[in-house]
Amino acid sequence: MEKPLTQHINLQQPLSLKEYEAKGGYSAVRKALKMTPQEVQKMVQESNLKGRGGAGFNTGMKWSFVPMGENAPHPKYLVANADEMEPGTFKDRLLLEGHPHQLIEGMIVAAYAIQADISYVFLRWAYKKAAALIRKSIAEAYEAGYLGNDILGSGWSLQMHLHTGVGRYMCGEETALLNALEGKRATPRAKPPFPQISGLFGKPTIVNNVETFCCIPHIVNNGADWFKGLSKSEDAGTKIYGVSGKVNRPGAWELPMGVTVRELIEEHAGGMKNGYKIRGILPGGASTDFLTVDHLDVKMDFKSVAAAGSRMGTGTMIVMDDATCPVGFVHNLQHFFAQESCGWCTPCREGLPWVERILLSIEKGEGRTEDLELLQMHAQFLGPGNTFCALAPGAMEPLQSALKYFRDDFERHIHQKGCPY
Amino acid sequence: MPTIYIDNKPYEVKEGKNLLEACLTLGFDLPYFCWHPALNSVGACRQCAVKVYKDEADTKGRLVMSCMEGVKDGMRLSINDQTAKAFREQIIEWLMTNHPHDCPVCDEGGSCHLQDMTVMTGHDYRRYTFRKRTYKNQYLGPLLHHEMNRCIQCYRCVRYYRDYAGGDDLNVFAAHNHVYFGRDKDGVLQSPFSGNLAEVCPTGVFTDKTLKEHYTRKWDLTMAPSVCNHCSVGCNIIAGERYGELRCILNRYNGDVNGYFICDRGRYGYEFVNSENRIKQPIIRNRTGEAASEEELMRSMGTILTHQKLLGIGSPRASVESNFALMQLVGHDNFYQGVSEAEAYLTRKIAGWMQTGSIRSASLKEIEQSDVVVVLGEDIWNTAPMMALAVRQSVVKTAAAQAAQKTNLPLWHDAAIKEYVQDQKGFLANITVAGSPLDEIAAHQQCLAPDDIARLGWAIAHELDASLPGVSNDESLLQQAQAIANALKTAKNPVIISGITCYNESILTAAVTLATACHAKVGFALPECNSMGLALMQAPSLEKAVDRMQREGDSFTVVVLENDLYRNISATLVDDFFSHCRNAVVIDSLHNATTEKAQVLIPSATFAEGDGTLVNYEGRAQRYFQVFVPAEGIIKESWKWLWHLYLLKMQAGNGHDHYPNELLEKLESVLPQFKGITKSSPPRHFTIHGERIPREPHRYSGRTAMLADRNVSEPKPVQDNDSPFSFTMEGFKGLPPAPLIPFFWAPGWNSVQAVTKYQEEPGGSLKGGDPGISLFKEPTQTTPLVFHEIPEAFAVRHQKWLLLPQYHVLGSGELSSYTKALQELSPQPSIALSAEDLQGLGVEEGSSVQLKINGTSCMLPVKIQKGLPKGIALVAAGLQGSPVMSWGEWGKIDGMTNGGE
Repeated sequence: MEKPLTQHINLQQPLSLKEYEAKGGYSAVRKALKMTPQEVQKMVQESNLKGRGGAGFNTGMKWSFVPMGENAPHPKYLVANADEMEPGTFKDRLLLEGHPHQLIEGMIVAAYAIQADISYVFLRWAYKKAAALIRKSIAEAYEAGYLGNDILGSGWSLQMHLHTGVGRYMCGEETALLNALEGKRATPRAKPPFPQISGLFGKPTIVNNVETFCCIPHIVNNGADWFKGLSKSEDAGTKIYGVSGKVNRPGAWELPMGVTVRELIEEHAGGMKNGYKIRGILPGGASTDFLTVDHLDVKMDFKSVAAAGSRMGTGTMIVMDDATCPVGFVHNLQHFFAQESCGWCTPCREGLPWVERILLSIEKGEGRTEDLELLQMHAQFLGPGNTFCALAPGAMEPLQSALKYFRDDFERHIHQKGCPY
Repeated sequence: MPTIYIDNKPYEVKEGKNLLEACLTLGFDLPYFCWHPALNSVGACRQCAVKVYKDEADTKGRLVMSCMEGVKDGMRLSINDQTAKAFREQIIEWLMTNHPHDCPVCDEGGSCHLQDMTVMTGHDYRRYTFRKRTYKNQYLGPLLHHEMNRCIQCYRCVRYYRDYAGGDDLNVFAAHNHVYFGRDKDGVLQSPFSGNLAEVCPTGVFTDKTLKEHYTRKWDLTMAPSVCNHCSVGCNIIAGERYGELRCILNRYNGDVNGYFICDRGRYGYEFVNSENRIKQPIIRNRTGEAASEEELMRSMGTILTHQKLLGIGSPRASVESNFALMQLVGHDNFYQGVSEAEAYLTRKIAGWMQTGSIRSASLKEIEQSDVVVVLGEDIWNTAPMMALAVRQSVVKTAAAQAAQKTNLPLWHDAAIKEYVQDQKGFLANITVAGSPLDEIAAHQQCLAPDDIARLGWAIAHELDASLPGVSNDESLLQQAQAIANALKTAKNPVIISGITCYNESILTAAVTLATACHAKVGFALPECNSMGLALMQAPSLEKAVDRMQREGDSFTVVVLENDLYRNISATLVDDFFSHCRNAVVIDSLHNATTEKAQVLIPSATFAEGDGTLVNYEGRAQRYFQVFVPAEGIIKESWKWLWHLYLLKMQAGNGHDHYPNELLEKLESVLPQFKGITKSSPPRHFTIHGERIPREPHRYSGRTAMLADRNVSEPKPVQDNDSPFSFTMEGFKGLPPAPLIPFFWAPGWNSVQAVTKYQEEPGGSLKGGDPGISLFKEPTQTTPLVFHEIPEAFAVRHQKWLLLPQYHVLGSGELSSYTKALQELSPQPSIALSAEDLQGLGVEEGSSVQLKINGTSCMLPVKIQKGLPKGIALVAAGLQGSPVMSWGEWGKIDGMTNGGE
């Protein structure tokens, strides 16, 4: 089984630029620079690489909206979204701490494809180790001539900077990230216009997830068909899946796209710990709908998970066991989301704290029957399109599915005036 | 015009608008908070949700925010859809989770957009059972009260304050449901446009602090349409009174002039009306018992008028009617402008040019819509603040229009436009003597001496039209000129702005020539609210009156109209003037140095107690109406007094009252330059369906109870013979004609946002056209207005300084300085010099220097003015305690004040 993304991962001593080059590193940059930017875009589009940040949009397609040619506005920007803050998600950290040059190589190729002039790694503040490694790796790349002016004599130049955020979940949303990068409040922007047209400092900008960038060098080196062939499903490539919760071996693994939930939990995570049963699964992070034991054979790809009523998200699942109170579990999530709301739009700013307080009161045994209606109302009205960005709709996904699958638990809390767990 | 279907009915709407604008234009009630016609859309509050359907067959539809969706032909939407309605109601319930239930003690209550929207959505039952979040309030200075608990986080305040008005000391802090709008720490808000926050805020977070001192609900105010009398811009205002006290000033929308906003001098400068310094009773001095009755006054005046020659001093802050009545009383040849020779000369020049029609004045709206603005010499931030705000909008809107063109983004999409625009700006060249806050947004800014400003103007004009004389042998000047000329060459709607406070005719002739060369409109800021009206009378200056008095003296009785002469020319001259006159009759509303000299003092009405017409800088005649009848004293409009005196003198009184319209008709026939002025508002007999227009909203609660502590019988309401208004709540309930809007109110719309119902479309003209009549006609001559005399470059003189006035937006108004809050914000009088000059004089910043000119002298603390050219001294002007100088002349400064003289 090929594991292109993680083959060189070394969490103790990540590869230096020289060591990486010895293993074929940065060959994708050399190869790409001999292609036209459009050819690189086309190749990535044909590979059917879908964004690994959670939305699953075709990466090459995303790039294709960037204005190209002589009259295109400059500078154009490329940003790696390394602000990994989704509760339960730690896949990018693995890539950042284990093999930073892979990311930088992927970014350079991507930047070339859209003819970007300036690139940023927007890194979660808490990833201190990654910050040091990226800083060092960028310096190495400059020194080796992969960054800077006239890269490898191609006439094309790219600057790269590391920017560490201040720890706002909101910055995971690409337009809020851009605002933060501009030194403004991390509130999202209205789309359209999309960042490809008016992004960072009003210029064309591409924001991709770390894992997405890490796929790029391998696609360029090995071709679109090879990348598609890595997968077990419609979605191409490999994916870094993760499992957390009361399993025997929580962790993250690079696997072919489309492994089943069962395989992930039972084979890779070693099954549930003794005495615990699976109650629910958040397949792609805290902002995805619950799946249940009925969904163990669902393939972990964008389409299949959606068909099961949830989202693939980041592909890093949280397993909720039968000894954990679903109300408390969801309350914990809503506490996070309410706190991370940027405060821009009314439903999210005012709705999430209300949801959080209702859940807490139910958990404490102070709930009322009508509270369930209120929760239901929020689940409906904080849906997509009603709020300014996807934060609140994401927050509502675990809530609405919890109300669906674990309604008995909510009602027991209310009738017994306390938490039965 | 696209057709859209609202709840299955077709409507024609304007292209390029968003759905919310379209719905409001059509008269639908759709609630909103974060959207504001002057600030456009950002989609934050989610209040204006409607359902939009793909096509006729689509029954499900999807919720969209109407402010964030452009109209498209054939579009189908529903306002009444159950989900849309439920969602809008839910938004209010969310906002109410933390909003205090303090309406009864909230200043906004009764004119609160949040109240209106709450009622509109139908939200009435609270399901949120948890504690509310609370905030600490801040001290924001003497003008605005801060009550953060009431905040509904619509972000309008920061968008107005920062984006629209260019302030930087109000911001949004923290995140999620702790978002806080305020300053980084307690302190006075720095923008002179901060007061608009009270109207921009949809609830009671920012409220008028001066109103708080004598609070009245909107529904208990007696209101009338008025015109601000604190500068020459002529912003439209609503003045509100109760119990004989003027309570507040609100913006009165005029699409051509001030739009939605006014400056803080205009909003807060009203307290002089309530001042203890008011003259309420006629006073005849030099007899026992100085206070006189009206009969005594008339008897006394009768003797004076029949036996003595009269000389009249007019006033740039008195109405056209009053100045004209004085002119009639004293005779055309004996009427004087009442301002210094320098001011009278320059304002007459400007008025004369405008009358030819060869150059046209730009309204504030036209300034906002211009794509290139060149300011020559005038510090409009301090002398015509709303003009400066309009210039700011030009700079912002030009960049926005360019962005919209490049990206196909709709102009109403404020957030997207701003992201794209970033730091790009429209072209403003701001050439002043000492810099101004507008420099921050200027593509080109420079501080030059007045003659050099004029030379730059000529150089630009020469670049545009080589047949005009050029300024040779000054390389740097030519380079600057080229840069500005290049911008003007491609401009579609350029505006040249200047004014008289450099006291330099060359700047004005350069501005006019430049305007002619690039087909620009002009905006010439003038000193007072009726400077243009007075200048149009083409009367000689105050100095000329002094001369005449010295020559002919003694036999004259002087009638001074609403004018503190000591603010216009030096005290020595004024003293001399009064010493020569036989009698001095002074008509004014407040005691001042001039009223001290009066043998007969006649109490005049302020703008709030009388009717009148003012002509603003652009030649727009605007009518203001009496708000209330003074409860005590014998106070009348100056023109009424003067007309009585005129009739008395002519022995033509027939016992009838006389009215502003008759006076204006007479004015039109005597001075044809005022033709059309009678049309600035409907005549006094105007009614709608036989009804007058009420000055009081129909919920007025106190009419029958107001005097109940003294008298239970309800007195007959005062009749108003001068205007189409009643002094009660009875009368026509619909929309009055635009010049006669006493307050903005519509069913369900109690806040200032009701203005939308009076407009053709949000942000557009008032229905029936914006008020005001331009007195300047189309060109009467075809020869272009150009001049050819270029001054020599400014040369520093040995131990002499060119004296120029330095005005302050909040401190320099004569009348507005009676507002305690504004006084608090006024700087102390001082003299400003360049750092080099200060060094040359060997004095420290802050120490006092002696300023000498024409035999007068004064001591002032000195400060360094960055950018000010050498050889110029800026003297704080118009402030209480500021000296009156011969501006534009050369004075001496003595820095050695520590000597033992």
